[in-house]
Amino acid sequence: MQSTAHDFKGNVGAALADPNLQDSLGKLKVGFSERRRQAAERLPEFEALRDRARDIKNHALANLDFYLEEFERKVTALGGQVHWAPTAEDARRIIGELCRSIGARTVAKSKSMVAEEIALNDHLEALGIAPIETDLGEYIIQLRREPPSHIIAPAVHLTKDQVADTFLEHHGKLGFTKRLTERNDLVAEARHILRQKFLDADVGLTGANFLVAETGSSMLITNEGNADLSNTLPRMHIVLASIEKVIPTLEDAAVLLRVLARSATGQESSSYTTLNTGPKRAGDLDGPEQYHVVILDNGRSSVLGTEMQDMLRCIRCGACMNHCPVYGAIGGHAYGWVYPGPIGAVLTPQLVGLEEASNLPNASTFCGRCESVCPVRIPLPSLMRHWREREFERHLTPKAVRQGLALWGFLARRPRLYRRMTALANRLLGLFGRANGRYGSLPLAGGWTRFRDFPAPEPGGTFHAQWQRRRQ
Amino acid sequence: MDNRTSVARAQILNGIRRALRRDALSGQARQEAEARLAQPPRGPAVARANLQHADKVALFCQWAEANNATVARVAPDQVTGEVVSYLARNNLPAQAVVAPGADLDLFDWGSQTLLSLRKGRAEGSDPVSITGAFAGIAETGTLVMASGPDHPVTLNLLPDTHVVVLRESDIVGGYEDVWGRLRARYGKDGMPRTVIAITGPSRTGDIEQTIELGAHGPRRMHILVVRE
Repeated sequence: MQSTAHDFKGNVGAALADPNLQDSLGKLKVGFSERRRQAAERLPEFEALRDRARDIKNHALANLDFYLEEFERKVTALGGQVHWAPTAEDARRIIGELCRSIGARTVAKSKSMVAEEIALNDHLEALGIAPIETDLGEYIIQLRREPPSHIIAPAVHLTKDQVADTFLEHHGKLGFTKRLTERNDLVAEARHILRQKFLDADVGLTGANFLVAETGSSMLITNEGNADLSNTLPRMHIVLASIEKVIPTLEDAAVLLRVLARSATGQESSSYTTLNTGPKRAGDLDGPEQYHVVILDNGRSSVLGTEMQDMLRCIRCGACMNHCPVYGAIGGHAYGWVYPGPIGAVLTPQLVGLEEASNLPNASTFCGRCESVCPVRIPLPSLMRHWREREFERHLTPKAVRQGLALWGFLARRPRLYRRMTALANRLLGLFGRANGRYGSLPLAGGWTRFRDFPAPEPGGTFHAQWQRRRQ
Repeated sequence: MDNRTSVARAQILNGIRRALRRDALSGQARQEAEARLAQPPRGPAVARANLQHADKVALFCQWAEANNATVARVAPDQVTGEVVSYLARNNLPAQAVVAPGADLDLFDWGSQTLLSLRKGRAEGSDPVSITGAFAGIAETGTLVMASGPDHPVTLNLLPDTHVVVLRESDIVGGYEDVWGRLRARYGKDGMPRTVIAITGPSRTGDIEQTIELGAHGPRRMHILVVRE
């Protein structure tokens, strides 16, 4: 998709003014995070498992080429085929060619963030091939022609009423002319319509949560079972996965499974955890005749060995966004590209460029909740700070900010002047604002005081002055 | 491999090696990685499922029910009666598609004259499927299904109701025990096409984060845990 990350501030303004979105986000804040906390408390080994999960991903990244080759060897031995895609364009071309090789007209897709990243649906449509999203949330937003707003709950920004309106608009022509009001009726109607599409599809396309080098298996985790129908009913199964998804063994997968579902939705286990290894075997009564894995780099390998490498540990659980006060206020679309929230603020500058996305790593108070819940312990605030440093080094920071920082830097290097200036500011602010303890407006601080008061300084002078007095 | 593929492959693998400032893995690092694949180390043990077998069975049943499956603990000669009774209790048709394997032939289906059975894969119109299971995981109440001629994958997915017959002796503690059984049964290089670990019926939380059962797979899952 086309990034609008450069217009982050405009996006934020629109998000804050959208009552439906604010309604949906209100529900998000209490749901996922509370359920995650309970699930973590039920498992005494949870913190030890997080450490191990981090170590597994670090080990896999340090030996990435080896495990990718092992994975390829196993897939090939069992009759599958691995394709290598250095860029998004390569991946689109490979998948398009695979679909055309069997004359495919429809592709049943199971939710894949990497497919969003490479804008696969637009490409397939341009080839005259209809992609059908089968995850309920993805299906809803495909009908509305919107991007996902959350990596595991793509339609989390919508209310039930909006879904009902969308279904009425699009299902009416299929004979479903009644506007539904109950959630279970909405789910049943989507199930009915998508079931036939599964049965008719020529290709099933899925992502992968993990690629297991030991067995050559792609591992997929869903609650709906849509990935399983995608990899069982059509004649061809294509797995699209990025390079950092590979892990060494099934034992490593067991560790990651234990932290993934709990971090994501607070479930003990997702409903379906599936290992796919190659195409249909002799004697099998169902399954695809062809099995392909497309492995995408798209700039990831260049992050290895740098201070930013930790971002590649991400297992896409969504916990960082579920716990982020910024995401909770503005939702996912405001981030302007595929990956929202704290992990999006770290990935997007890498994948679309810092020039485009420099606002995102700045949209954080560094409160640290994301890092505190990350199942693979990615130091997200540090990574955002690295981006801010690079932004400054590359002179991408806005002029007003640079000048402000330069002024502060000038003062901070001259402690006596600094103390004198802050004491003066403290006195002035105290003089005019002490009566009611706050300011409703201040020169140069309109952005702050438009939405909340600025506190007037407490009596007693600056911190430095109070500290001096205390030491005497 | 055609030329374009091998160029792309080399581009990615060499890019990784360049970034990691080394050549293809060699020496001790390679031996360690190979050893890890040959003898996979386990992660931290989960105490919850470290129990005597009878308690594992109980834990399995408890978690399966917590995940919206229903469970009946039965003797071998009660299996077919319980299936018929379950279908009747839930106003479901007494007709089912059954996994072709010999496992389920051990039970006396002939005595259930009202039940109409067909062996094979499931079609979109089948209301009920009956299958065995490769294993049950006590830690989370999860069933593991290994695909093959005796267990088509569609049986796990297409019917609205999935009835599973699980032997107590196939209930293990955690995933690691299942991996061990898979390696023993299929060899290290012979994973079945599909291994699905299923925890309760299909569900979605995609509308306002409220769980609804029966998104794409079965709405109901009934597990018969068979005493031996």
